[in-house]
Amino acid sequence: MIRTVRALAVAVACLAFTGLLGASIWTIAGNSTPVNLPQLLSENLERSGVEHPVTAVLLNFRSYDTLLEIGVLVIAGIAGISMAKTASLEDPEVRTSDSLLYALQRWFVPLMLVLAGYLLWAGSDRPGGAFQAGAVLAATGVLMRLGGVPMEFLRPGLLLRIGLALGFTVFLLVAVASAIGGDAFLAYPPGMTKILIVVIESVLTLSIAMVLLALFVSAPVNDAEDPEEGSSS
Amino acid sequence: MTAPLLYALAGAMLCGIGLFGLLWLSHLLRKLLAFNIMGSGVFLVMVGLPQHQGGPDPVPQALVLTGIVVAIAATALAVVLIRRYYHLSGMTSLEGDPASREGGAE
Repeated sequence: MIRTVRALAVAVACLAFTGLLGASIWTIAGNSTPVNLPQLLSENLERSGVEHPVTAVLLNFRSYDTLLEIGVLVIAGIAGISMAKTASLEDPEVRTSDSLLYALQRWFVPLMLVLAGYLLWAGSDRPGGAFQAGAVLAATGVLMRLGGVPMEFLRPGLLLRIGLALGFTVFLLVAVASAIGGDAFLAYPPGMTKILIVVIESVLTLSIAMVLLALFVSAPVNDAEDPEEGSSS
Repeated sequence: MTAPLLYALAGAMLCGIGLFGLLWLSHLLRKLLAFNIMGSGVFLVMVGLPQHQGGPDPVPQALVLTGIVVAIAATALAVVLIRRYYHLSGMTSLEGDPASREGGAE
């Protein structure tokens, strides 16, 4: 009985919250917008260095959002790795011995790598970009991980740290270099916009894939001793 | 009433459903899933509402894309924390008497 009353109270509170939110949406929809963002975007698109509007917003007009986002990802990756508690990153408990998986890997891994590269390049003029490519790369890593393919770069050490920090570091260097050169923070020099965006997206792809894969690898827990920091274990 | 506005209102409903799950369910994984449903509702509102007048708006779409990436990283980190918590305490929820919990090796 007490439980039912509590459930009813929680349900009423959530319904009130939903009602308020719906009323706000209805009110906002009824008002005309003071700024026409799509029109502003289309007027400035050719100066952004890419042809796809979403990519232009992500990596030029609001690129600090993307910079802070990759920072959040790196922090999440570091926190996840620090929680890891397995004897080895190639723990037999998380490995499978499925021969079908072995056979499929030989076909899928190269195809997925090509697909990731295509998604990265396609982002400049159609939907795609660093995040989609990074997710495909991470899925490739998960597939290899489950099939028992050894991956040296996931051992605690220099390669792991470089992989995690590369995207954020390059992005920050480009941003600070613009500020030092007299332009605003995160302003690209005219003429180099396209090249810089492609470089930033490439390193972002690697870092995103590394973070997601590291978080996947960190999830299993067993009773083994914590591995030594930086050892080859 | 237009289709994008319908999506935005559906997003509001998802927020309410996720909030109920977050408050009512005690299992940590279920709380995490409920929180993700709330987040998906927010994304629906952010994409649907600007399209109500004048068609697709790339700016909120870019913001939602950024939010999706952060949400997946935060979800993966939350799963790591839940597994670690379960390993140390043997419990799948935050409720219960702290004195009655069995401490882990750490």
